[in-house]
Amino acid sequence: MIEATALTKRYGPKTAVADLSFQVKPGVVTGFLGPNGAGKSTTMRMLLGLDTPTSGTARVNGKSYADHAAPLHEVGAMLEARAIHTGRTAFNHLLALAATTGIPRSRVDEVIELVGLADVARKRAGGFSLGMGQRLGIASALLGDPATVILDEPVNGLDPEGILWIRNLLKGLAAEGRTVFVSSHLMSEMALTAEHLIIVGRGRLIADTSVEEFTRQASTNTVRVRTPDAERLRERLAGPDVTITSEEAGVLTVSGLSSEQIGTLAAEHQVVLYELATQQASLEEAFMELTKDAVEYQAVPSATRTHVTEGTAA
Amino acid sequence: MTSATISTPVRSGKVTQGRVLNSEWIKFRSLRSTYLTLLIAVAAMVGIALLACWAAANRWQHLPMAERASFDAAGRSIDGYVFAQLAIGVLGVLVITGEYSTGMIRATLSAVPRRLPVLWAKMAVFGGVTLVLASIASLLSFFAGQSMLASQHIQTTLSAPGVPRVVFGTAIYLTLVGLFGVAMGAVTRSTPGGIASVFGMLFVLPLILHALPSSWVDDIGPYLPSNAGQALTVLHAEPHQLAPWTGAGLFAGYVAVTVVIAAVQLKRRDA
Repeated sequence: MIEATALTKRYGPKTAVADLSFQVKPGVVTGFLGPNGAGKSTTMRMLLGLDTPTSGTARVNGKSYADHAAPLHEVGAMLEARAIHTGRTAFNHLLALAATTGIPRSRVDEVIELVGLADVARKRAGGFSLGMGQRLGIASALLGDPATVILDEPVNGLDPEGILWIRNLLKGLAAEGRTVFVSSHLMSEMALTAEHLIIVGRGRLIADTSVEEFTRQASTNTVRVRTPDAERLRERLAGPDVTITSEEAGVLTVSGLSSEQIGTLAAEHQVVLYELATQQASLEEAFMELTKDAVEYQAVPSATRTHVTEGTAA
Repeated sequence: MTSATISTPVRSGKVTQGRVLNSEWIKFRSLRSTYLTLLIAVAAMVGIALLACWAAANRWQHLPMAERASFDAAGRSIDGYVFAQLAIGVLGVLVITGEYSTGMIRATLSAVPRRLPVLWAKMAVFGGVTLVLASIASLLSFFAGQSMLASQHIQTTLSAPGVPRVVFGTAIYLTLVGLFGVAMGAVTRSTPGGIASVFGMLFVLPLILHALPSSWVDDIGPYLPSNAGQALTVLHAEPHQLAPWTGAGLFAGYVAVTVVIAAVQLKRRDA
């Protein structure tokens, strides 16, 4: 369980996180989404006590992170894949972290096996590929068998196989009843991995919603119609709730009517159709639309808000 | 899914100073640069002892009486510390800044969120290793040097008055330089910044002082960190040099102040 309450972080005049409140519940994967620079990493660093909030509180499993006597057993985190000394082997890196809380060597071997690094565990981490670095980061997060797992952009730069592996791992961790909080700037990835979403833009909360709900709201479907008689069909389809656009000759994009309705109308008026296809707006587009709105929302010209906008844009 | 489930029971152990010490020991001994740097320090000290004492013995017959009278056989044999302190100071800085430059520090401080145990453990591990190795290096240098001086029968022994203080005092001086490096690394968080700070204080300050009026040199000179600390490494204090243990105490004081600044910074600043 993660609780952020009115979390705010300013770096000089720059506001990285502004009055951010949310909860992350155990048992599901929660995606932390936002464009680059939205304050995701800063928020995660505050959750781990690495950065001190300017105001507000961050609690993990009921306490602020630094107050846990055995932090690695409470929270496992990967904030950046490269939080590893390049001259040390993966095994020694994990062994040193494990030693801080008395985790036995056998557990180190176990997490190495678990993330599939057994072959390279005795090699220096400086020579690791991005994917191997991510796996090592995840190994260190799982070292203490923590109730809460926090991962910053774990799929960044991974090959499809690695992405699939992380996706299944995260779902598995959540299914075991853990709290799983994963940041990403890719909506499409989170739609496949997460059940719940916390979306931020410019350090502010934009949405706290389930993936299902987000997908439902996002799916303003359109129908693509290709016909040699576009002008005539356009007239027939026109109605109060119907919008028709055309970006190429002979192709109409219709919203407000189902493909069934369009097909029936075309038959009634004897219009030949070459193509009739329902198109779902991508989640990525919906996400970009949403975060774009947040930026516009911040630009409301009230004195304080303008100040914040200037600050974050700096 | 079974991949995340564990077969080894993971004890819910608390973070203790002892465990952090163990962790830092693992980190220290698992880097190749550690061995390389320490080997260079020891080899350079012994090598310079052989060279300097061979040269002294070789020229002995041509030296004026005054120089013969003030010849410090113990001090000459451990003069290599001047080079060794470079390696040890750099390694001290790297003990901390190596973690900042690689991002490792965030993993370290996530594991030990109270932070200060990390600084104490790093100082204990590095200070302990340096003290042991520098003592060995000093002894080796001493005996190597004396064997060279024996050809002119100008050697001294470890039981001669003041000689143990010179030999082990040099090890103490080198250890303090190393700890100064650790603390400066924590304050600057940058390898170039840390190294520049350490050697700026040790080597450049005395040079700057020599550009000033000579009365200042006499008044301020003995109190500069390196001059104060190096009082331990010579048998007879030069004029305008503090007494050995007074100087060492002052140098330790400078190091302690830097450590306090490092501790406050580490606790307060964002990682």
